[in-house]
Amino acid sequence: MRFQFVLGEVFSGLRRNTTMVVAVVLVTFVSLTFVGAAALLQAQIGKLKDDWYDLVEVSVFLCPEGSVSPTCAGGEATDDQIDAVRQIIETELSDEVSKVYFESKEQAFEAFSERYPDGYQGTQLTADDMQASLRLKLSDAEQFAVVSDVLSGRDGVEIVEDQRAVFEPLFRTLNVATLLAAGLAGVMLLAAVLLITTTIRLSAVSRRKETEIMRLVGASNLFIQLPFLLEGALAAVLGSLLAGGGLWLAVRFMVSDWLERSVDWVAYVSEVDVLRVAPLLVIMAVALAAVSSFFTLNRYTRI
Amino acid sequence: MIRFENVSKVYARGARPALDQVSVDVERGEFVFLVGASGSGKSTFLSLVLREQRPTRGRVYVAGRDVANLSGWRVPTLRRQLGVVFQDFRLLQNKTVHENVAFALQVIGKPRHVIRDTVPEVLDMVGLAGKGKRMPTELSGGEQQRAAIARAIVNRPQILLADEPTGNLDPTTSLGIMRLLDRINRTGTTVVMATHDDEIVNEMRRRVVELSDGVVVRDEARGGYGEREAILPDVGASPVLDAPGSGTRAPVQTVRGV
Repeated sequence: MRFQFVLGEVFSGLRRNTTMVVAVVLVTFVSLTFVGAAALLQAQIGKLKDDWYDLVEVSVFLCPEGSVSPTCAGGEATDDQIDAVRQIIETELSDEVSKVYFESKEQAFEAFSERYPDGYQGTQLTADDMQASLRLKLSDAEQFAVVSDVLSGRDGVEIVEDQRAVFEPLFRTLNVATLLAAGLAGVMLLAAVLLITTTIRLSAVSRRKETEIMRLVGASNLFIQLPFLLEGALAAVLGSLLAGGGLWLAVRFMVSDWLERSVDWVAYVSEVDVLRVAPLLVIMAVALAAVSSFFTLNRYTRI
Repeated sequence: MIRFENVSKVYARGARPALDQVSVDVERGEFVFLVGASGSGKSTFLSLVLREQRPTRGRVYVAGRDVANLSGWRVPTLRRQLGVVFQDFRLLQNKTVHENVAFALQVIGKPRHVIRDTVPEVLDMVGLAGKGKRMPTELSGGEQQRAAIARAIVNRPQILLADEPTGNLDPTTSLGIMRLLDRINRTGTTVVMATHDDEIVNEMRRRVVELSDGVVVRDEARGGYGEREAILPDVGASPVLDAPGSGTRAPVQTVRGV
């Protein structure tokens, strides 16, 4: 009985206020789309990191001949120095480093020739021009700072390089895009809250007489306010579902169908990620409506 | 049933109190007229009973509850024991008579079968049998007030508050409404009625509490409406027209039925 009655009130309220309700739906739709886009960008960054950080290594470049680095004062790194560095890696960095191998000058030359077969090999470039290095595979790519701290400045080590640094500009761009989306989302969310507040207020005023009778015959506060709460929540949830749907379509047609085909060596966000973000959007919509209702209802439907 | 202990109500700081040290005790099953000029505090009295407001000083007990200190979430429970009727009926225009009465039960969560049984019974009792499907606009003023009374008593309240229920009605229709209120009173419901209608008060011969400037000036067990200035005071040969304060007070007249 109660449930049916409240539902009836909700729908009659929605009907009476159609234009405002449509406005609420659209504004929540746009704002939550930005929220979802920000979340998906972060998911994309996470995917790229997972994917690429597995491929990259930390290179500990050993002193070549003629290096000006103070740790290379003794000329080219000796076998003793290299052994000492390996020793340190095995003892002090056993937790951080999962695999170590040595790349000699000859191996580096071979790898280089393989990648750039039309270089100047043999004439101007010989194996002696290459630099020997220790290649470290980290168990956790984020531990680079620790490894770098321990190994930099050792005798025979010229420089410790993190190949991840190559990706930094891309990630920075994606992070800025996330911030932008989040900023726009924030502005739109504020607009959504204000709009929901106004809608509830209008609805409350247009139902003033009903509310007054309800108060007088002893309806509980919750019972009086529930239809208004549900009205706001329903409109906001509808907006969030549209946002979820919009993001799904965008990912489906722009990422899965187009980007993935044109640039296929990158891991992209998929529809599954959208399904993971969508419930959060719905929860946000409900929270949004709850916050706005809280501020409005106490003023307009007080006992 | 209703007990005011030295109740004062001041709306604005420094203003004249709307009620000033009012003490009134209404027993269960009583019928009480609340009379007095506009602004004498009748409406404030009723709204304190309803706990639409809290008294500035003093205590108000309604149906055994200390209303002044009642916490907000208990107010609905209090109001379910009160029925209220107004001068302007306050029916919902977009609902039929039946729906208007049913509304009062729906919003306090009564089950559907209770509503189905009770509403026609109550409509019958107030003399609106067969008119449940009419819209309020299709009813006469008296019928609308009957519908409003039906709504007020459908939950069988212990107390019925009526704020000038006959104020918008002609004397004959008012009489019908008064008979109905009397009948409700005889079923054990305490009735408190604020009114300006001296004919009704004089005819009913029930307890009369008169307020004037927020003070109880009279509390009579079987009173009449009381003194009333004549509309055309006997000013004799004086040609002076009526000016505030200059009128000679007419000899006390009792209206009919005394």
